[in-house]
Amino acid sequence: MAVSSGKDVRETRIVTRRLHDVANSWTYDNARADGAYEMWDEVLRRADPADIHAQVKASGLRGRGGANFPTAVKWESLPDVFPRYLVINGDEGEPSTFKDREIIEKDPHALVEGVCIEAYACKINKAFIYLRGEFALGYDRVVQAVADATANGWVGQNIKGSGFDLDIVVHRGAGAYICGDESALIESLEGKRGMPRIKPPLPIHAGVYAKPTVVNNVETASTITHIMKMGGEEYAKLGVGRSTGTRVAAISGHVKNPGIYEIEFGMTFREIIFDLCGGLRDDRELKFFLPGGASFQWLVNCDEHLDQIYDIDDISAKLGTTLGSGAIMVYDDTTDPLLVAWRLAKFYAHESCGTCTPCREGSGWIEKILYRMSHGLGRPDDMDLLLSASANVSPDVMRAPFTQTTICPLGPSPVSAVASLQKYFRAEVDAACANQPTLIPVSAT
Amino acid sequence: MTFTAKNLERAHAIIAQYPDPHSAILPLAHVAQDQDGWLTNEAMAEIAELVGTSSADVQGVCSFYTMYKRRPCGKLVVSVCTNVTCLVVGGPEVLHHLEARYGADDDVFVEEVECLAACGNAPAMQVNYEYHEHLTPEMAAAIVDDYKSGVLHARGVSGGSK
Ligand SMILES: Cc1cc2nc3c(=O)[nH]c(=O)nc-3n(C[C@H](O)[C@H](O)[C@H](O)COP(=O)(O)O)c2cc1C
Ligand code: SF4
Repeated sequence: MAVSSGKDVRETRIVTRRLHDVANSWTYDNARADGAYEMWDEVLRRADPADIHAQVKASGLRGRGGANFPTAVKWESLPDVFPRYLVINGDEGEPSTFKDREIIEKDPHALVEGVCIEAYACKINKAFIYLRGEFALGYDRVVQAVADATANGWVGQNIKGSGFDLDIVVHRGAGAYICGDESALIESLEGKRGMPRIKPPLPIHAGVYAKPTVVNNVETASTITHIMKMGGEEYAKLGVGRSTGTRVAAISGHVKNPGIYEIEFGMTFREIIFDLCGGLRDDRELKFFLPGGASFQWLVNCDEHLDQIYDIDDISAKLGTTLGSGAIMVYDDTTDPLLVAWRLAKFYAHESCGTCTPCREGSGWIEKILYRMSHGLGRPDDMDLLLSASANVSPDVMRAPFTQTTICPLGPSPVSAVASLQKYFRAEVDAACANQPTLIPVSAT
Repeated sequence: MTFTAKNLERAHAIIAQYPDPHSAILPLAHVAQDQDGWLTNEAMAEIAELVGTSSADVQGVCSFYTMYKRRPCGKLVVSVCTNVTCLVVGGPEVLHHLEARYGADDDVFVEEVECLAACGNAPAMQVNYEYHEHLTPEMAAAIVDDYKSGVLHARGVSGGSK
């Protein structure tokens, strides 16, 4: 039976401090009383965009949207072309990822202040905050925050006499997970179907309206203010290796206390699941967990996996998975892994934009096969059929990070679940599929 | 003319925010859907005119997005999540209960949706994009009934503020 570490494990609340500690933290007055816009004010007085670059570079900040790309490196790639745009990715639609919603709804001023500082650093005068359409309350709150910030002179023309102009537009999507991909998000922002673009060019070279565009996640932008407050080097002291600082993790499933936890990189999954979240509901046994959201490989109940530290590079080197979107899903021993794999596949089949044949068709086939496997109709050869179907979209099925025959990483995402079934649950899957007749013989790839 | 005078004014304000009016298609479709209860062909034609494109273009764009409803769906859109966290804590039971209860009710449109980013308090649903979390089937039905009777005041069908 998996047990707690016995240590006194705590959150490190930096980005989420205000939303926990301040009542009605989304209002301008309360956020301002808690120090909102003080850093922005100081940045304007220092008038040194290069210093923001230097601090963010020293902080080692890596994007919190899932791809872990170093934020300062992205900024450095900006070509000397104007106008240029900043786009904040608040499309948060990855299954079981709910950390950006918390910031959007409860601390919109942290986001707006981060946008101001980032725009100033990158000499950008127009920013778009793209929120997923379902975030109706979040939209109202961010719109209000921008209006209040504008009324108080933090956003708009010639901000506090600095000569710097910034206009922020809050944009609502309309229900499409794929618009979380930065190039699809840009298409959507241009009023088109949300289909990922073929790269290159990258958005940083030709993004919205074919102009240079910095795309950053909500949490990434919100962190920048704190990096400026603490100083980049001080921020970099938190965490381990190249995973510096904290990460707002969204933990859900069969844990006693699911929710948002801001954790310093370097904590183990044992500490996260059994100490922070109180262990499993009804003290049941852990069966498996998804350490990085829906799109990457799973881990199971064993010491090696539980004692793995929360570190972007270490987990990928040792266990072939990643921390992705910051979601951690935990399942107890009552859970059928086939059912979880099927539901994820159904999600990807529904959300495929349809451009690439391997993704459009493959996700549908993977879903159909997993449906029958998880509903008592699986055939003895189905796991091999699944691996064979998966190979069309992700040729080296078991490999992590995944390979792909598609434009964007949505295509191979359901294959992570298939690979996890093969790796950890092959015997259980075969047993579940033993009693149906084999109709079509297939060979594994 | 579909948009009311007030909404037409809003539409022009929205268009003015963007360097390219084409960017306003999604927000304008939300305004139209909140007004009419669904996205009509007339509304899409008017949006096309406002942003300077064809009505086929607007229809092509809008049909990509699940939030836009191409037929009347009553006063309340009830979106129930059954994705992997809700799945293991009772989301499908909430969905089936509501489907059975409101299947013949023209005012209530019950749909299964993908993750709503409410997994910390699963199972979850939205009623006209307002969150309700930690549900049981009975609680979910009581909430929908409260909207129907006016005890709870709903957002627009596209989630526009009250
Ligand atoms: C299918 C797909 C969905 C994505 N969804 C999101 C999302 O909801 N939010 C997000 O910030 N990034 C998402 N991303 C990652 C973005 O493409 C991009 O890397 C990110 O917004 C960049 O910001 P960052 O550097 O601050 O992380 C997604 C990527 C893919 C391929
Ligand atoms: S991989 Fe899938 S979602 Fe991504 S571009 Fe291709 S078809 Fe669209």
